[in-house]
Amino acid sequence: MEKDEKTGEKAPPMILLDKVGKFYGNFRVLSECSTQVAKGEVVVVCGPSGSGKSTLIKCVNGLEPFQEGEILVNGVSVGAASTDLPKLRSHVGMVFQNFELFPHMTILENLTIAQTKVIKRDKAEAEQRAAELLHRVGLHIHATRYPGQLSGGQQQRVAIARALAMDPICMLFDEPTSALDPEMISEVLDVMTELAQDGMTMMCVTHEMGFAKRVAHRVAFIDQGQIVEDVSKDEFFDHPRSERAAQFLSRILHH
Amino acid sequence: MFGNFDFQAIVRGWHALIFEGLAFTLEVTFLAMIGGTILGTVFAMMRLSSTKPLAWFAGAYVNLLRSVPLVMVIFWFYFMAPYIGAWIIGAERPVQVGAFASALITFILFEACYYCEIMRAGIQSIPAGQANAGYALGFSYWQLMRLVILPQAFRNMLPVLLTQTIVLFQDVSLVYIISLPDFVTIASKIAQRDNRLVEMYLFVAVVYFALCLALSYVVRRLRARLTIIR
Ligand SMILES: Nc1ncnc2c1ncn2[C@@H]1O[C@H](COP(=O)(O)OP(=O)(O)OP(=O)(O)O)[C@@H](O)[C@H]1O
Ligand SMILES: [Mg+2]
Repeated sequence: MEKDEKTGEKAPPMILLDKVGKFYGNFRVLSECSTQVAKGEVVVVCGPSGSGKSTLIKCVNGLEPFQEGEILVNGVSVGAASTDLPKLRSHVGMVFQNFELFPHMTILENLTIAQTKVIKRDKAEAEQRAAELLHRVGLHIHATRYPGQLSGGQQQRVAIARALAMDPICMLFDEPTSALDPEMISEVLDVMTELAQDGMTMMCVTHEMGFAKRVAHRVAFIDQGQIVEDVSKDEFFDHPRSERAAQFLSRILHH
Repeated sequence: MFGNFDFQAIVRGWHALIFEGLAFTLEVTFLAMIGGTILGTVFAMMRLSSTKPLAWFAGAYVNLLRSVPLVMVIFWFYFMAPYIGAWIIGAERPVQVGAFASALITFILFEACYYCEIMRAGIQSIPAGQANAGYALGFSYWQLMRLVILPQAFRNMLPVLLTQTIVLFQDVSLVYIISLPDFVTIASKIAQRDNRLVEMYLFVAVVYFALCLALSYVVRRLRARLTIIR
């Protein structure tokens, strides 16, 4: 992974959401969601269940269509009909709550398939990259196994490696630890923390407030499809402005 | 009835029965299974497509064909095929479509309906998250289907697909209506020629029973093996 040197200059944001609105039929899921993620920045998105966090993050790489507003990823409009979505997605990594490794492929194949089929790397190069990343997440000895033979925490680390194998310009996480047993959460968060420290641009939906405190630059709080708070990490934890965010925090921190 | 059971009738006829009749039946079964599965998979993707006319067409086709007895389809297609063929290639006169080609096409078109419904269930059994994960890596729809969804759907549905193939194997006997030399047709010809109905049909039944039993054993073994994967 190349490190992004932080320059002091104001660069255009890697991810920009401008007044995004979305409906499922007549039901409004998102309204006027605006936020941005600068290059090298880590933004944690949190909020109560059903508030629209997954929907929002899936809009960012066009897995869900949206009806209002605009989303730009590295300057490319996600909603525009002319956008080559597969190409855009190929350099936006995404990690899911349920890992979603391909169960009929070995771990190594999971990491090489998109490299060879989407960005047309040759097999040797793809396997080399896969091996590097498996080393990095500490799972190289499992390369020939199938996902079903790995623990949840191991599967999620493979899923992160699979996304990184495409050399993404930013990473999206949708509750990457909430399907895990407690003792496996930290091994995944450690990988994510390291990634953040290496300068990866990250948008993470998570309820792991320890992780947010450690690595996030900003926190966006969503409630009922609206971003009600979008502030620096310290401000969010020390002085939440909205009552709903304060309530959410007290509930999540005190149990 | 069994008083003058003539085992020799079977001994005399078995070679033609197996190497012509049964070979023919197995050939049609095999080719129709391959063709039907491919066409059925295409129909399944159409039925699940968000493009309404495609979904509608595939749905209508499947429901229509499934409501007609197979023997009627074989019969009618045999008489219509020369005209349909002429219409497709724009020829003036009816084209020659042999009975074999006609029967094979009929089985493929007919069995595709059943394979379609099996593959549709198979595709729907794959969690939506798999599609999201594939798309998120940059796969196109066709890559997603070919690399992620269909291999899993096919694997999950293999036992059911093979069970349907057992039904197909039995259905092939219906080609007697257009006088094709399948296993049962040849047996009945010999039976009438030698006046050995009981012997011949008993032999046919035993062979069918043995083969279907063997296939269902394979299906059961597969089921046990495939369940470990996920
Ligand atoms: N495919 C869908 N069709 C209709 N409504 C949906 C669909 N997917 C989600 N919703 C609704 O949209 C709202 C937001 O869902 P979403 O999954 O984005 O919430 P979330 O914040 O991720 O919740 P959770 O913490 O439970 O993951 C919910 O009310 C949900 O019921
Ligand atoms: Mg969610």
